[in-house]
Amino acid sequence: MKAKKLNLTLNIWRQKNSKSVGSFAEYKVQVSPDASFLEMLDELNNTLELKGEEAVHFESDCREGICGTCGLVINGHAHGPLPKIATCQLHMRNFKDGETIWVEPFRAKAFPVIKDLMVDRSGFDKILQAGGYVSINTGGVPDGNTIPIQKEVSSLAMDAAACIGCGACVASCKNASAMLFVSAKVSQYALLPQGQPERYRRVERMVKVMDDLGFGSCTNTYACEAECPKGISVTNIARMNRDFMMAKIKSKEVEV
Amino acid sequence: MGWFLKFLNSSIGKKFMMAVTGSFLLIFLIIHLVGNITLFFGAGAFNTYVSALDTIKPLIRVIEVVLLGAFVLHIFNGLRLWMENKKARGITYKVNGSKENSTIFSRTMAITGSIILIFLVSHLATFFWRFNVHDPMGLATHHQYYDVVVYFFNIWWYSILYVVAMIFLGYHLNHGFQSAFQTFGWNHNRYFPTIKIIGTIYAIIMALGFASMPIYFLLGGGN
Repeated sequence: MKAKKLNLTLNIWRQKNSKSVGSFAEYKVQVSPDASFLEMLDELNNTLELKGEEAVHFESDCREGICGTCGLVINGHAHGPLPKIATCQLHMRNFKDGETIWVEPFRAKAFPVIKDLMVDRSGFDKILQAGGYVSINTGGVPDGNTIPIQKEVSSLAMDAAACIGCGACVASCKNASAMLFVSAKVSQYALLPQGQPERYRRVERMVKVMDDLGFGSCTNTYACEAECPKGISVTNIARMNRDFMMAKIKSKEVEV
Repeated sequence: MGWFLKFLNSSIGKKFMMAVTGSFLLIFLIIHLVGNITLFFGAGAFNTYVSALDTIKPLIRVIEVVLLGAFVLHIFNGLRLWMENKKARGITYKVNGSKENSTIFSRTMAITGSIILIFLVSHLATFFWRFNVHDPMGLATHHQYYDVVVYFFNIWWYSILYVVAMIFLGYHLNHGFQSAFQTFGWNHNRYFPTIKIIGTIYAIIMALGFASMPIYFLLGGGN
């Protein structure tokens, strides 16, 4: 048996380009509860295009929650109301018939809107370019398990590395701070032996770029952790704070 | 020195400044509350306590200067963060789900802090000024500090506003306590839940402790 379709009212942010002023547009849609949120937007775009109207621009890629490309603020929550999922993993069965849904882009000065729901998150790339890598010479391929590491520590590093860089932390933070993202990237190296040689230089450089890009400061509300699709822990922020302060004492670089 | 100023101007440096000055103020409040408990033991106990502080005035003055510095930095830095953070958001959300992802204590630090600042100004103008500089009633001049307290706490609206300010102080401290630990990097799943609980207990003790004094005098205590 086919499930009954849901009648929904969508209020979607429409903005022509980064320079123009945007506003909400209302759309009435009928959608299957089995559809995903992005499939609903695809259907909406089909009808809009048939009518000769401009489609709603939004980003998506893998649609299985691992690439970090999609990202909408749905009813005030980055990636929608459910915990630990990306927008593409949100299904319409989680909404009630007759519900009004507000769809907004990630809002941050450092994430300017390109068009409609698409935002420019290249700031994250710039932060990674500042230190999100290991550049020491490591020689040839070593034998497996030659570098001893405690299981718990490697698990913590993998938890930090689970960050998909979607920017939901920035979108949810009342200060549009990128601390959760940057701390996850700092932590995934800081926890592993290979990350040690550049540990302090990395954190100093990445924080510097983060600040220059105009992200806000963290005030420890922990909204980022609550909204993160990968459940990245704020203990990573604590680790970054520790490393950053230690870098001020230990870093080999005079100027950062 | 350049590197240090750069550190203090970085996002983490500003957090660090809030945490260091805030922690100092957390400790100050404990001492302030413990000293003021003498109010419940009558005029003799309180006047002796204040007079005892008077005899070590040079030391107290040094502490007061440090305290002033901590307050000024905490307030200045807090206002700066508030303004910068507002700017970092830009356009605000039409629908805001912050109620579900964060505590009211953490979201209202700027508001509760501002209320505490207003309270602080009136607090200094009424008690500190009269105890240390000039008392138009001449009570403090004759070491009758207790009578100054009785005078103000018998003004009903003054006492009620005082109690309201203490509730907001509790809000502010509840977030500030655990927030300082997080900023210093002392967040471990093993002990951080306990720190949050201790912070809440601390905030309740401070709010109730300071609020109990105007309530005590308003209900006719000490007469």
